[in-house]
Parts: sequence; C-alpha cells; structure tokens
Amino acid sequence: MSEWISVCKDKDLLPGVGLCALHLGEQVALFKSDVTNEIYAVSNYDPIGEANVLSRGIIGSVGDAVVVASPLYKQHYNLQTGQCLEDETVCLKTYATRVQGDSIELALGS
Amino acid sequence: MKKQRVVVVGNGMVGHKFIENLVNHASASDFDIVTFAEESRLAYDRVQMSSYFSGATAADLALTTGEYYQEHGVTVRLNEKVTEINKAEKYVVSESGHKESYDKLILATGSYPFVPPIPGANQPHCLTYRTIDDLEMIESSAGQSKVGVVVGGGLLGLEAANALKCAGLETHVVEFAPRLMAVQLDDGGGKLLRRKIEDLGVQVHTEKNTKQIVAGETCRYRMNFADGSFLETDMIVFSAGIRPQDALAKSSGIALGERGGIVVNDQCQTSDADIYAIGECALWDGKIFGLVAPGYSMAKVAVSQISGGSDEFKGADMSTKLKLLGVDVASIGDAHAVTPGAQCYVYNDGVGQIYKKLVVSADGKKLLGAVLLGDVEAYGNLLQMLLNDMTLPENPEALILPSFDGQAPVGLGVDALPDTAMICSCYEVTKGQIKEAVAAGAVDMGGIKASTSASTGCGGCAALTKQVLDAELTNLGYEVKTDLCEHFAYSRKQLADIVRVKKIKTFAELLASHGKGHGCEICKPTAGSILASFWNDYILKNEHIGLQDTNDIFLGNMQKDGTYSIVPRVVAGEITPEKLIVLGEVAKEFNLYTKITGGQRIDLFGAQLHELPLIWKKLVDAGFETGHAYGKSVRTVKSCVGSTWCRYGVDDSVGLATDIENRYKGLRSPHKLKFAVSGCTRECAEAQCKDVGIIATEKGWSLYVCGNGGMRPRHADLFATELDRETLIKYIDRFLMFYIRTADRLQRTSVWLENLEGGLGYLKDVVINDSLGLGAELEAEMQTTLGNYQCEWKTTLEDATKLSRFKHFINSDEVDDNLSYVMERGQRRPATAEEKASASSTAFKAQRIDVLEVAE
Repeated sequence: MSEWISVCKDKDLLPGVGLCALHLGEQVALFKSDVTNEIYAVSNYDPIGEANVLSRGIIGSVGDAVVVASPLYKQHYNLQTGQCLEDETVCLKTYATRVQGDSIELALGS
Repeated sequence: MKKQRVVVVGNGMVGHKFIENLVNHASASDFDIVTFAEESRLAYDRVQMSSYFSGATAADLALTTGEYYQEHGVTVRLNEKVTEINKAEKYVVSESGHKESYDKLILATGSYPFVPPIPGANQPHCLTYRTIDDLEMIESSAGQSKVGVVVGGGLLGLEAANALKCAGLETHVVEFAPRLMAVQLDDGGGKLLRRKIEDLGVQVHTEKNTKQIVAGETCRYRMNFADGSFLETDMIVFSAGIRPQDALAKSSGIALGERGGIVVNDQCQTSDADIYAIGECALWDGKIFGLVAPGYSMAKVAVSQISGGSDEFKGADMSTKLKLLGVDVASIGDAHAVTPGAQCYVYNDGVGQIYKKLVVSADGKKLLGAVLLGDVEAYGNLLQMLLNDMTLPENPEALILPSFDGQAPVGLGVDALPDTAMICSCYEVTKGQIKEAVAAGAVDMGGIKASTSASTGCGGCAALTKQVLDAELTNLGYEVKTDLCEHFAYSRKQLADIVRVKKIKTFAELLASHGKGHGCEICKPTAGSILASFWNDYILKNEHIGLQDTNDIFLGNMQKDGTYSIVPRVVAGEITPEKLIVLGEVAKEFNLYTKITGGQRIDLFGAQLHELPLIWKKLVDAGFETGHAYGKSVRTVKSCVGSTWCRYGVDDSVGLATDIENRYKGLRSPHKLKFAVSGCTRECAEAQCKDVGIIATEKGWSLYVCGNGGMRPRHADLFATELDRETLIKYIDRFLMFYIRTADRLQRTSVWLENLEGGLGYLKDVVINDSLGLGAELEAEMQTTLGNYQCEWKTTLEDATKLSRFKHFINSDEVDDNLSYVMERGQRRPATAEEKASASSTAFKAQRIDVLEVAE
C-alpha cells in the first residue's frame, strides 16, 4: 500500500498544458491529456537538454504512445514509461498519480 | 615539386571562372596564380549590368572579392594592362613595367565594343556599354540628357536601351538591319519584339545607317542617316557588336584569325603551346563565342589541360533565353532555317503577342531550331530535344500550340532524356546529377538547388528541373508526401485553407474533423499559428494555450538552461533616452545579461518564470510593448536614420519603418518575418537580405521581397519600383497574406519563393496584376487580423489567472535549483556542466528575487 501526497488542484492542470510540481524535493512534470483527460507524471529534468524544462513541452502522440516533446531539442518521452523515443538509453523516472477529491496526488514511494 | 606559375591576363567573368576552377581543383596547390586586370575592379557580372540602373550597385555585380583571392593565394594586379609577352623567355610585362614570368599563360582578354567609324562618334556623350566605368559614364551623361539613342538592336543593344529607359530617358534604338536581334530572331519574331518594345515606350528605327553625328537643334546632337532622315539626341550609346580583344596576342606574334580572334585548338591552346586563350578573345573553329557559358566551358578545359587532364572544347550551343526590357525571348539552334530542306511551323498570336516557330528537318523527324517570343515555356523541352537529337513526336506543332481546357501541354516527357542531358547549362548540371541528388535526399526544389546549384543561375531551366525532380520522385516510388505529420494528412497550406474556409476556431475541432491521434509538437503550433493568422485570438486562451511552444506560452525565448530572454519592441530601432534608461534599470534590478540584437533591439537574458511578469510590469508601465521575438511572427523593421538626419538620405526611412512596424506588429506567420527600410540606395539598413525590404529612391520606394540572412543567405528580389506609400502598403499586405496562406510550416519567404511554381513572375502577377482576383480578399483579411492586435504582455498582466502560470512550481515558491551562473566580462552567463561539477568553481546559484507587487 503506498501513501499519496497532494501536489495541486485538479483544476490547476489544464488539458494539454503541463505543470511542474515539487514532490519530496524532486521536480515532477504533470500533464493531462487534452484527448482522454488522463493524468501523467514524469521527472521534469530533461537529461539530454540538461535542464528542468519538460513540464513546458508540448504533449501529443507518436503512434499509440502519449508523449511530451522537450521544448529544448524536441526529443519525445513516453509519458507512460518515461522512455525517450530517440535514445533507448535514456529513460525518465515516472510517478503514479490519482485524483482524490479536487486534488491531484502522487504516490509517496513511487 | 616546384610550383607552376600561371599568369592570367584579364579578370573578367571568364578569367575569374578559370581562377575559381583552378583554386578549387584537386591539384590547386601545384600552382601559383597571378592575375592582371586592366580595370580597377575585380571580375563582375557583365550579364546583369542593366540592373545597375534599377538599384544594383557595383558591389552587387561583383563576382568575387579581394579577400577570396587572398585566401586562395592568388596575386592580383589591378589597373595593370599587360603590354608585352616574351614567348621565348616566358614572361609578360605590364604598362607600369612590371615583369612577371610564367609557366602557363592564360589570355582571357575578352572583347571590346565595336564603334562604327562614323564622323563625330568620338565626342563627349558618345559612349559604349561594356564596363562598370561605362555605366558610370552613362549615368552621369544621362543626368544631363533627356533623349538617348542606342546604336545596335542586338541583345546587348536592347540591354543598353533598358539601362537608358531605367535612367529615365526618352529612349531610341537605331539598327542597321531590317529587324531587332537579327542574329537570333527571324522576321516574325523580330516584328513582334519590335511591337512589344515600342509598347514600352522605346522607339525603334530599323534599316538606319548613321552617316555622321553633328550638333543638334533641339538636342545636343543630330544623327544623320544615309536615307536622308535624322534623329536628335543628347547622348549615344554604341552597342553594335563586339570585337575580340586580341591586340596583345597580335603584337606578341600569336596566330590570329583572318578577321581577328586568337586561334585556339580543342585544348584551348594558341599557336604557342604554353599559352591558352579562353572566352570572347578566342577563335575556335573560325567562331567567336559571345556568350558567357561557352567561355566558362573553355575555362574548365584550360584548367583541365594545365593540370594534366584531357577535357576538350567541342563547341557550344548558342541557344539563348532571356528577358529583354521585360519581354521573354528565346532562340534555339538554327532559328533562321538555313539548313538545306528545313521546314517550319509557325504560331503567331497577334492578340496575346506570342510568336513561336519550330524549324524541323526535311523529313520532319528532327528539331533543328526554334524561335520563341512572349511565351518561352517550351524552351527547356525544345532545347533538350535538339541537344539530344531526339525524334520529334507525331504532331510537332503541338509543341508550340497553346493547350486549352486544362490539357497538359505536350512535352517530350523528361523520362525520355538520357542521364547525360544537360539540364542547367549555367552550372553544368545533368539529369543524372539531379537524379543522384534526389536519391541522396533532396526531395524539393530548394533541396535540389542547394545540393546541385541547378537553376540558381539564369533560372531558365527551373521548370525542366522541377519536371526531372518530380519524375524521379515518382520513379523512386516516393509518393510526394506533403503531410504535415502523422496526425494530419494535409500540408500546412491545405490546413490553412480548411481553417479559413470552414471557419474552424479551435485545434480540438480541427483534430476531430480532419485529424487523428493526439496531435504533436509539429501540428499543434502549426494549427496555433494558422488560427492566430486568420482570427488573431489571444493565444493564451485556455483552448489555444496547449498548442503553443513554451516561447509563446511564456512570451519569451527559452534559453539553454530553461530561463527566458526578453526583447521589448523598439519600433524601427528608434528609442528615447528615457526608455533606454528604463531598460538599463530593469536589467540591473533583475541582473539580466544584456546584449544588442541584429534587429536594432535589446535582448535581456536569464529571466526566470516568476520574474517575467515583474519585469514586464515595469516595461509596460514605461510604455514598452512585447517584441514578439518568441513568435513565428513579424519581428523587426530595421531602418537607417534616413533623410531626417543623414546627408545622403532621400526619404524618411525611420518614419516609414515606424508606420510599417506598427502596422504589422503581432502578425503570426509560417515563420518569422523581418523587414528593413533604407533611406537611400547606400542601403545601410541592409533591406536586401530581409523578407520585405524597402529602399528609397528619388522616384519613390523600391520594394524587395524574399531575402534572407542567416543560414542560407539569399538576396531579395526587386519586386516593384517607384511606389508611393499607399501602393507599397497594398503590395506588402497582399504579399504577406499570400505567403501566410500558401507557405509550408517553418518555410521562410526565401524558400517559399524558390518552391513557388512560376516563381517571382507568378508572385508579381498575383500581387501586382491581381491575376487570381484575390487582391481585395487578401487586403481585407490583413485588415481584420491587424484590427485584432493586442500587446500580449499587457493582456497577460491584466489577467491574474494567466499570471498564476508564471512560477516554476505550482505548489512551491522555490526556484529551480539547477540554475547556476558564472561572471564573464561583467555579466552572468549559465555555468557549464564542468563548472557546475567543479568544487573550486566560482559558479553561483540563481536566487529568488522577491519583488513586492505583482499586478493581481
């Protein structure tokens, strides 16, 4: 059983527009799909661009995968798995999410 | 091995081409090159000389620079005529007495204008048309004249007439033969050309043999003709043909032809095996070649020969296609049907002013020649048919007859051409080379031009090159795909049409009706830009915000560390001291790295998200607006100081630049747009490398379009001249809207034009002549869009909900702890990875600047 920590209000996270939350000292990029309303959370740090910017990327799809494109050099990261589509050695940390009441929560131990 | 010393006499187009070929040759390091030029300038483009009178400068015409020669170790001796060749001891001597020894000597002395031996022809204001010095003299004489005469109705004569017309003179052409361009055109073509040229206000006098030039009554001179008639004029330009410049060869005992010209063999060697002659001074097989392309071929042959190669000169095709005084003229092969048994097909459209003639062999199977006037589209196909000795189709007349009801014009089909067929003769690009370029990934005209140079010279082969490209793409099984991305099976242009026609207002609507999947970082901003171009809605509305790149969302330019730079609009680069101080104070307060941009503005770097509204609050309060530096939109209108201060200024460039920038600011487009306005032809604002460039002249504004600096520099094309302000704005409105409607995503105007079928001529037709009947619609669209302008920062500051986005964390006031800086030259810059890692580093962390009031 994992515990959950609220990071923001559900209404703060607009569909299709990312946000960055501070979660236990880590920077987490949050996204809500503008097609399915599903919520995703991955590390905000772009290991290729070497900057905390992923929450400011554009979300979309490549084939069936829902992805975010880095705003720096446009690599795609699978929001479900964290995998970088252009470089198989690069993978982002992902976080489990849920909506509880009017809040978005991240899993404590994820 | 000791280096071979190569001396090149003459630095015209061909002499320069020789040097260029040699320094780029694999064995370039085996040679020391010295070149003598009689003129004070290095090689320039003599083919485009009349553009001098429509605004081009001597620098524009230049083909090379002193730096280029220096870089390649070429010694240049300007202003030094060579007067003697000592063949026995192998050295040359110049006018100033300088002696230069050679191993190989290249004579590229060119030609000189033939001035008929007419009494009175050597007076002042009786000039020739060959060099830039000549142009300067014509310009100065034209300034003191009202009427000008060109003697000679050939190709160069008509070029000169164009120059006089551009200089504003009442222009006459006097020709000895019964028709214009007697060498290239037949009677029918000559007649129509005359009619077209007379319609342009140039008076043509044929069959006139000038007997003497005496003082005039109404003008400076009177020309008396053999038939008893006369013509009064203030100045005369002789352009009655050229003669090979062979005096040096003659005095040095090198063999000449009976009527002049330095005799050369297939290796371009003269009677002395170590001396070569190339270009218009050389006589090959009894012929002088007065066009530049054969001269270039000879230059190539000479380079091959002296470097151990075996290229040979095999003669040259003298077919030409050009625009004279705005009239399209082409002549191919045996235009006069002098081949025994030759037969002709003629199409003569007196209403549309089009004349075409085919000359075919006695058996009707082979093409021998052609004349085209007014419509020269068939040139490329016909020339290929001739050069490759191809069999004519069954009904050859179809090759010159117009097509009706949308039928495709009959051509030979480029598939029929052999790979060796020369498609671009300016750069000697074959069909095979274009095919290779396609296979290597050049799949559009822009790519073909960049990789092969095909159709970047005279441009005459553009249509044919495109046909080869398309045919090759089909052959390779490419479906020529213009899909924007995997989510939309449409090009940007098609999407723009869909949005416009179906009045679609959101991306969700567009994706549901015409796309699939979730969209991506390509189609979302493209759709965002199209929506903004047509409806100019505030781009940070909830339904649009997810479409924008981060730069557009936070209205700044993201830098490598994730912070932003800020560029307030400084209209036309004009700024008051008060505002300049504000920028300085803001930069100081927020510790922003400060740099001047190329567009006459000031860029402030290193702002964190939460600082952006604080900074902009101060800027907006001081009267600044957003500069849209983050958007694919109108950036700047650069200007020189113009007639308000400058001694040379002809018109108020800052005033016009201000009006234009205020008119178009905020306009979203497929890519960024840059403008400039220069107050005189000195062109200090560098308008000719901008998407829209405007230059003041005594007679009004000249408009240039589709220039580009940056990665792929392109000189802008002269679009229209002598414009008043109203017409200028009208043209720019139409031009920009047409671009926005039809360009591909991230396609600058320069590449757009290169890929636009019909090119500059078509664009002029659409914008100036309103050939598509779209003019009023384009202007109205522009009006609507501009009417919705808002400063995005002002709007953002007034909306607390939008402002809440401007912080790094949604749930904390902390700043990004990854930001780290180092001081350099008195300002901070992002620390490198090594500096961040190093313990001894002087890198420091960004600090949160808690400033007091945010407009909420």
